[in-house]
Amino acid sequence: MKKEILLGNEAIVKAALASGVSFVSGYPGCPSAEIGDEFGKIAKENGIYAEWSTNEKVALEAAIGASFSGLKSLVNMKSFGINVCSDSLLPLAYTGTKAPMVIVVADDPSCWSSAQTEQNSRAYAYLSHIPMLEPADPQECYDFTKLAFEMSEKFNTPVILRTTTRVNHQKMPVIINPNDKIQISNQVQNPNFKFGKFVKNPRQFCTMPPRVLEMKAELLEKTEKIRAFAERSSINPIRKPSASNGASKFGIITSGVAHLHALEALDEMGLKVPVFKLGFFYPLPENKITKFIKGLKKVLVVEELDGYLEKEIKAITKDTNPKLEIFGKGALSEIGELDSAKIGLAIAKITGKKFKVSNASLSIKNPPRRYPKLCQGCPHLYTIAAIKRIAPDAIFGGDIGCYMIAGYPPHNTQDFEFSMGAGLGISHGVSKSTNQKVITLMGDGTFFHAGIPALINTVYNKSNPLLIVLDNRITAMTGHQVNPGMGKNLMGESAEELKIEEIVRACGVKNIKVLNPSNIKELDATIKEYLEKDEVSVIVCKLICALLAKRQTAAKE
Amino acid sequence: MEKNFNIIIKGVGGQGIVTLVAIIDQAAFLEGYDIKSSELHGLSQREGSVEAHIKFGRKVYSPLVYKGQADLIIGQELLEGLRSIGLAGSQTKFLIDTFYLPFIGSAKEQEVLDELNKLPKDNLILVKASEICREKLGKEVVSSVYLLGYAVNKKLMPLKKEFVLRALKNVIPEKYLDLNIKAFEIGYAN
Repeated sequence: MKKEILLGNEAIVKAALASGVSFVSGYPGCPSAEIGDEFGKIAKENGIYAEWSTNEKVALEAAIGASFSGLKSLVNMKSFGINVCSDSLLPLAYTGTKAPMVIVVADDPSCWSSAQTEQNSRAYAYLSHIPMLEPADPQECYDFTKLAFEMSEKFNTPVILRTTTRVNHQKMPVIINPNDKIQISNQVQNPNFKFGKFVKNPRQFCTMPPRVLEMKAELLEKTEKIRAFAERSSINPIRKPSASNGASKFGIITSGVAHLHALEALDEMGLKVPVFKLGFFYPLPENKITKFIKGLKKVLVVEELDGYLEKEIKAITKDTNPKLEIFGKGALSEIGELDSAKIGLAIAKITGKKFKVSNASLSIKNPPRRYPKLCQGCPHLYTIAAIKRIAPDAIFGGDIGCYMIAGYPPHNTQDFEFSMGAGLGISHGVSKSTNQKVITLMGDGTFFHAGIPALINTVYNKSNPLLIVLDNRITAMTGHQVNPGMGKNLMGESAEELKIEEIVRACGVKNIKVLNPSNIKELDATIKEYLEKDEVSVIVCKLICALLAKRQTAAKE
Repeated sequence: MEKNFNIIIKGVGGQGIVTLVAIIDQAAFLEGYDIKSSELHGLSQREGSVEAHIKFGRKVYSPLVYKGQADLIIGQELLEGLRSIGLAGSQTKFLIDTFYLPFIGSAKEQEVLDELNKLPKDNLILVKASEICREKLGKEVVSSVYLLGYAVNKKLMPLKKEFVLRALKNVIPEKYLDLNIKAFEIGYAN
């Protein structure tokens, strides 16, 4: 057996290749971005099509089109991406897939690299009835991705692989079955990658009444078949010690990376108790859970963020083992990621055993927080300084990108910050509601992703915020991915270079200026002028990302 | 090795921490250990603080080092080294680069040193990794590999030199290999 040290994201890519994926779409975000980046590098040589789409909804829809045309697809996004694509995700559950599709959604407990919220995307399994698997480590990333493709093929359903930062960015030696060869099909010979065939089937692909309710019935029926599959699946293993020592009638149910912390905690405590690891989050193997809890007096449910499993297990127990004491979110926090100590201490409390944590008596002060900084030479620095200088009393809208660092000291130039494109949407509402000046920042990537509908709304419904598009010629924060403003796509092909100012003009905006923000005089004067306008104004600050400029220079040398 | 060995690497974005993790992972793997590591990418890279966890031994379950469990904390910056104090126990060795990257609201260099000096004397090792790399090699960015060489020689981590060198060859692109081996050897010789 070959073993190779892989990052969770790398394992997902390898498994998708071994499963014969031929269409990859997504939108970059941390901690999932390396999946799309990697496919961008290897797509051509493997005869695969890969794209960074304009946003996650479009990415999912692209994959739906590929699936309906008979191609195996993989969609990748971070947590919030599933919110964006949810409008098409739900009908996809009704239609089902034609060719297999796996959707990777990467959550970020503790918000290591996420603004917005500490989202638990597992809730979408309930909302959509789409099966969801939760790997704990890179080996499971590999195995579960393969299984997800198999399940998708067997049940004609998309399958969601829900990961977390500590899974995507975890490394370990992964065992790769030597029979797992990258399946390069005849597609390599077809330079246009157009090897699919769409066979019309409106009965499957159109979710319209009255058929839509039949589809729902079919979906629920399918879900029960998948539940039966989950009952037998090897990814829901139970580890039963030959003899439990001292903590009898106590068991643990785990999911995701927290499973590994729980095993370590038990190991440290020398405690041998049954552990049921759920690789399936949805649908749950209810019979297997019923059997597991039978005869137990206490169960600890170890899961990160919300206690969804805990609630499910409580519901199952009500009929089958009403005396069972279930510990979950009462023992483990709903906020932040878990670790072995948190779980060990919870186990200790429940079982009366000891979990030793060092309490080195070091009275050392925790140093002040180091906030991320805009890089040396970052073009955003000019713009952030200018809006503060010219209009210190203005309301400052923020958005998702490097420039949200404007909200940290020493800038403190951000009065609200939500989701992709929301800065302008909210600015419209503020502008309609007050006579205050509103300036909102938005990056080029965000403009293409979700900025345009908000811009049209300001024109159509007549508000007058000042939008400053920070066009640094790349989607920088997530690791320098291409976007539609660059004249280049993920496959490295040249593409139409969309000019933001032309889109802005086409949206009906009258006050538009494109300038280099290092030209401070012009920037200041334009901000001053546009703040006096009665309708929406747009300044496009066009200057290349300092890191990108440095890399381009280095590459030339 | 009876127990797993747990390392924390702490620094600021852009200091080559992800590469250092890859080298140590690879070296431990070549020596026959089970390994797990965890790193963070993303916004933290913009000169924010970065923390990586590495564990190796007979069998490693969790990829995260918990409170008190760290055997070695490598601080690639003075203040960041101090920041991992919550993961330290009485056994924890601190190998800290004296490189200091202040920020607005940060503590003064002497204050940071005063705090660090509260550690038990045998547990604190301060080295001028960045300074030496800049002077001798013209590149600060290999300071992480210098620290690795230092740690291997002083047996601050239970990995053998031959495996680390093999790991360097496996991990580092050929273009930069010479530079990295030099940084390792200078660190090892100090």
